Amino acid sequence: MTKQVQQLDRVIIRFAGDSGDGMQLTGDRFTAETAQFGNDLSTLPNFPAEIRAPAGTLPGVSSFQLHFADHDILTPGDAPNVLVAMNPAALKANLVDLPRGADIIANTDEFTKRNLQKVGYAASPLEDESLSEWRVHAVPLTSLTLKALEEFEISKKDAERAKNMFALGLLSWLYHRPTEATVKFLETKFAKKPDIAKANVAAFRAGWNYGETTESFSVSYEIRPAKLAEGVYRNISGNQALAYGLIAASVQSGLPLFLGSYPITPASDILHELSKHKRFGIRTFQAEDEIAGVGAALGAAFGGALGVTTTSGPGVTLKAETVGLAVTTELPLIVVDVQRAGPSTGMPTKTEQTDLLMALYGRNGESPVPVIAPSTPSDCFDAAIEAARIALRYRTPVILLSDGYLANGSEPWRVPETADLPDISVEFTTEPNAEDGSYLPFKRDTETLARPWAVPGTPGLEHRIGGIEKADGTGNISYDPDNHDKMVRLRQAKIDGIDVPDLTVDDPDGDARVLVLGWGSTFGPIAAAVRRVRKTGAKVAQAHLRHLNPLPANTGDVLRSYDKVLLPEINLGQLALLLRARFLIDVISYNRVRGLPFKAEELAAVIQDVIDSE
Amino acid sequence: MSSAESLNGKGLALIPRAEGAQTMKDFKSDQEVRWCPGCGDYAILAAVQSFLPELGLRRENIVFVSGIGCSSRFPYYLNTYGFHSIHGRAPAIATGLATSRPDLSVWVITGDGDGLSIGGNHLIHALRRNVNLNILLFNNRIYGLTKGQYSPTSEIGKITKSTPMGSLDKPFNPISLALGAEAGFVARTIDSDRKHLQGVLREAAAHRGTSLVEIYQNCNIFNDNAFEALKDPSTRDEITVKLEHGRPIVFGTGENEKAVRLSPYGGVEVVRRSEVADDEILVHDMHSPDPSLAFALSRLDDPSFEHVPIGIFRSVDRPAYDQLMAEQLAAATAEDGKGSLDALLHGGDTWRIG
Repeated sequence: MTKQVQQLDRVIIRFAGDSGDGMQLTGDRFTAETAQFGNDLSTLPNFPAEIRAPAGTLPGVSSFQLHFADHDILTPGDAPNVLVAMNPAALKANLVDLPRGADIIANTDEFTKRNLQKVGYAASPLEDESLSEWRVHAVPLTSLTLKALEEFEISKKDAERAKNMFALGLLSWLYHRPTEATVKFLETKFAKKPDIAKANVAAFRAGWNYGETTESFSVSYEIRPAKLAEGVYRNISGNQALAYGLIAASVQSGLPLFLGSYPITPASDILHELSKHKRFGIRTFQAEDEIAGVGAALGAAFGGALGVTTTSGPGVTLKAETVGLAVTTELPLIVVDVQRAGPSTGMPTKTEQTDLLMALYGRNGESPVPVIAPSTPSDCFDAAIEAARIALRYRTPVILLSDGYLANGSEPWRVPETADLPDISVEFTTEPNAEDGSYLPFKRDTETLARPWAVPGTPGLEHRIGGIEKADGTGNISYDPDNHDKMVRLRQAKIDGIDVPDLTVDDPDGDARVLVLGWGSTFGPIAAAVRRVRKTGAKVAQAHLRHLNPLPANTGDVLRSYDKVLLPEINLGQLALLLRARFLIDVISYNRVRGLPFKAEELAAVIQDVIDSE
Repeated sequence: MSSAESLNGKGLALIPRAEGAQTMKDFKSDQEVRWCPGCGDYAILAAVQSFLPELGLRRENIVFVSGIGCSSRFPYYLNTYGFHSIHGRAPAIATGLATSRPDLSVWVITGDGDGLSIGGNHLIHALRRNVNLNILLFNNRIYGLTKGQYSPTSEIGKITKSTPMGSLDKPFNPISLALGAEAGFVARTIDSDRKHLQGVLREAAAHRGTSLVEIYQNCNIFNDNAFEALKDPSTRDEITVKLEHGRPIVFGTGENEKAVRLSPYGGVEVVRRSEVADDEILVHDMHSPDPSLAFALSRLDDPSFEHVPIGIFRSVDRPAYDQLMAEQLAAATAEDGKGSLDALLHGGDTWRIG
């Protein structure tokens, strides 16, 4: 039987199931196949904080959305074209996002009376008319998997667990994905359990073959590789890119990396990743708490290491006092905040941009800290190097504001040539710097205002630093009022004077009257929305801030040159507050705090409204 | 063999040696010491400054890290590298420093409030990990810098500004706490006995791993004479139990001579010397791998203060944290070679376009 093959330019698939169904793994594998095929892609994992919520319930639903295309794309997509629902809960939780006409692949084996009742379905939606506006493919995934694995001497439980690989096989057939890498992956993952490895590979192949033979799927789809810029690519998540950026910063600075960290969602994967790379001389220290994590990193920095701590919002609150110590002792330190929904514990696995004001002002005293926010998963790599550059050059703690969306989302990354990476090497001070032959630990560089960095082990430069106010130059304890005023201003001036690139504006015709401004992870949805609006013939300019402190020198001029500035943020208007205060510009805020990234369609409508109200 | 040579073979082997002879003057900074006149901290500072030269280490490879409190001003007065940090966090900061720099002799200066209250968590974890630190815990049983509130080592019922009707909470015994965390080196000494203090410091420095030294220190402003019974010649010898490795544990004089023996209830007990046979008297073994006996000894002063053991409770070698971490780095490198950034970035599933 020859089946019809249809060409598509892009597809959005959402895999959804119980948190124990392996949906994240299924999504990861489909992503890897898609990346290898050469499509552009963007992913959005969405899972509960509970490791195993009660099976079959709505709170236990875990999903993974993947958007892939034959052209460059910017977001994981607003609404899925295909929903893979492993049980009634997954269907119910995700149907609301599914446009009419989309495909639903449902695992009929799980649509039992009991499972239906758990989520409040009186009757199976697969059997009544309630799904008539969608294209439903009812597939008994579990029993098909069990049947395919009859020959294997594994437990029924293990066989059932392979149903996600059956689903992956089916989807891989449906979208013509390459399969070798997944087979290899399964063989490696289950290397110590060869029976399980073989069973999973068999389930995966059975899913593919099912697609080819069943009448339930009459069409398969091709999405050609995207024409991206030349180069070597790999798929990368924000957390992995950030970890690689820190390793690159260590190599490019010539300083050993010391990570002090305490496990916290969604930042732990950076700790995990860095812990794997001891060959780079990286010391990872899982501390007893958040405070010890940053304390150890600062202690290591005092000793001449590249000190890093990684955390999320609740951890940043605990680290605040130590960051203040780094500010006043003027030691380099990188604090990574992978933001999540707050306040307090909030929603640990959901994304937010609500830590900006804390990053900027969440310490006692006048305590300025540079803040950098990456805009995409792969940008986390460059942002980490930039954070290290500023920390080392200016001897200051730097806060890097990633978020849950960037951390877990992934996209193809053009792997940089190491020769093209910036040189951020530092020279420790080894000689006295005062005319009388003494060492002044707070005598500043006239250009950067940075103080010298003499590490223990350097003869003749023994000195003491600490949290008490220091006399300018000598660093000795000082309670002199004028000295304090001077030091407060010097520390501020040092941060204000950091060299950051100008804000660039994307405005193809150069005559837009409305500017959409963003920062951090909203880049993708904003850019996708801007494209949509421009397609309708409307004019809109886009600018995105990567440096939140100090702001690019031209920020005020750029903002003032537009009639209206629209600023979408996943908070209640934190950057807007700053821009209004600083530049007296009546920024129009658009805010949603749902724990999820913006959708392009939603932002396009907001932009259009602002343009129309001109 | 001089003491410096013997030290060099043990805990200080990785730290560069000074070329010439050093004196106490080399370790004094130019900063004016600003403790209250009569404070026990002066005696400890002088003891440390005069003891450091005998270690024979390069001054630039010595670092003093402190938290917040009266004692935490200590680093400013020593001409070494120093870091006066924040309240309770010195062990955490020193952990990062000592773990990444095995060539440094790192000393943590803390107090009963700094180390046992706000920083208690860091202290026990440093001990458990066996980070290469010498922690000097100045115990004056009071908050001095904040002007006289009770501390986690104050006796129950302590009347202070914050406890006008007496404190309610049972104090920590720092030695018991450290032994409970299975610290490798645990000792107690007293500010007024320079010889004993320096002897303990010498052993602490020689120990690779965490050494915890509790130093009874008099705060003459807010808790004067807290340890007077250990200093007054009329009571001193009757209550001070000097622990010496390999020696039977006896104390007191004349008719009041006492001995320590195992109690039938699993701990140790104090009995009249005249009532026990020689072989019943407990012989102190600070190298015992099991910390139980050292713990039992630490309970002797609790809560009575009738007899107070001082000296080294425990001195047991186990690999220090920095060493174990360095070994992992070396093992990873030996297996797969030094890391290559290019190989790392190009690892995983890649594809080429163009």
